[in-house]
Amino acid sequence: MKFLTLFLLVTGLLYGASAQAQQVAVIKLPELQKRLSQQNDTTYVVNFWATWCAPCVKELPLFEQLNTTHAGKKVKVLLVSMDYASQLDKKVKPFVLKRGLKSEVVLLNESDPNTYMDKVDPKWSGALPFTVIWNGRKNRRATFEKEFTQAELTAEISKFLQ
Amino acid sequence: MKKLLSFFPALLAVVLLSNFVDGPAGYQVGDKVADFKLKNVDGKMVSLADNKAAKGYIVVFTCNTCPYAKAYESRIIELHQKYAPQGYPVVAINPNDPATVPGDSYAEMKSRAASKKYPFAYLQDETQQVARTYGATRTPHLYVVSRKGADLVVSYIGAIDDNSEDAKLVKTKYVEQAMTDILAGKPAALSSTKAIGCTIKWKKNG
Repeated sequence: MKFLTLFLLVTGLLYGASAQAQQVAVIKLPELQKRLSQQNDTTYVVNFWATWCAPCVKELPLFEQLNTTHAGKKVKVLLVSMDYASQLDKKVKPFVLKRGLKSEVVLLNESDPNTYMDKVDPKWSGALPFTVIWNGRKNRRATFEKEFTQAELTAEISKFLQ
Repeated sequence: MKKLLSFFPALLAVVLLSNFVDGPAGYQVGDKVADFKLKNVDGKMVSLADNKAAKGYIVVFTCNTCPYAKAYESRIIELHQKYAPQGYPVVAINPNDPATVPGDSYAEMKSRAASKKYPFAYLQDETQQVARTYGATRTPHLYVVSRKGADLVVSYIGAIDDNSEDAKLVKTKYVEQAMTDILAGKPAALSSTKAIGCTIKWKKNG
């Protein structure tokens, strides 16, 4: 009986852990806007990507690395998937699990870019990857419609941490 | 010399910064466009000046490989079928560097155009100069240009419609809405829209 309890507990924990690893919240524009306007002393790095976007997938490890290289430095990474919501279970969740992504991943479920893109950032022309870095307390914000190299990203982040 | 050297990093920073912040410059609505000469999938060179009967063109930067370009492929064919008889044929231009994306090579473009029976010119922008001049950043990225006297002028820039995933769920067909105005001789009420697409795969060091 004890064994059974233990077994259930362990499988329960494992299941819970794997379910958590796969969690990708589906959000709408107002929620994203809220996330993009937080005013505190954390430096936020918000990267717009998609599983089908090769340059995005290539640079994801750079953002992932920030979680370790900048641990304890008030840097938060948010990966916003631009995949269609219909691809959440088929593509996005398996991708997040397979890559073992540690950063928070959300999926923006909006169909008409023309109505939301300017509200994300007027400088965004629509190409992916697109990245916004900002620090509300320092009143500093920068956008990048391009793929980063390791050196470029490190240099940009360090400007926010000075 | 020393002064010049110390000035250089600052200059470089300004150049890099302006690139990052503003993205590539390009045409705005109302700008006169320069003609080009690009190779079509049939082997012939194509310029906008070739078609004397055209009142304008629907110029679309697109490619073989981008999921968004593929999602819009049949809608681009439909645009040509609808507007070519009214004087606005589609001219499709593939700006991607085949060294980065082998699926966008000239040979692959030929086979894509053949298998999908493209009714329009599908041109390779080998030097990527046309995409840079237009200020295209992604595929698909669409421009309507209209004849004004001897010139071709940009009348619309942006998206095809408001739902890339499913043509059946489209509520606003942005290009068609603009074309209705343009064909009536009016400026497009909504002349600039935004869309998601794949970054143009620029040549390295280019």
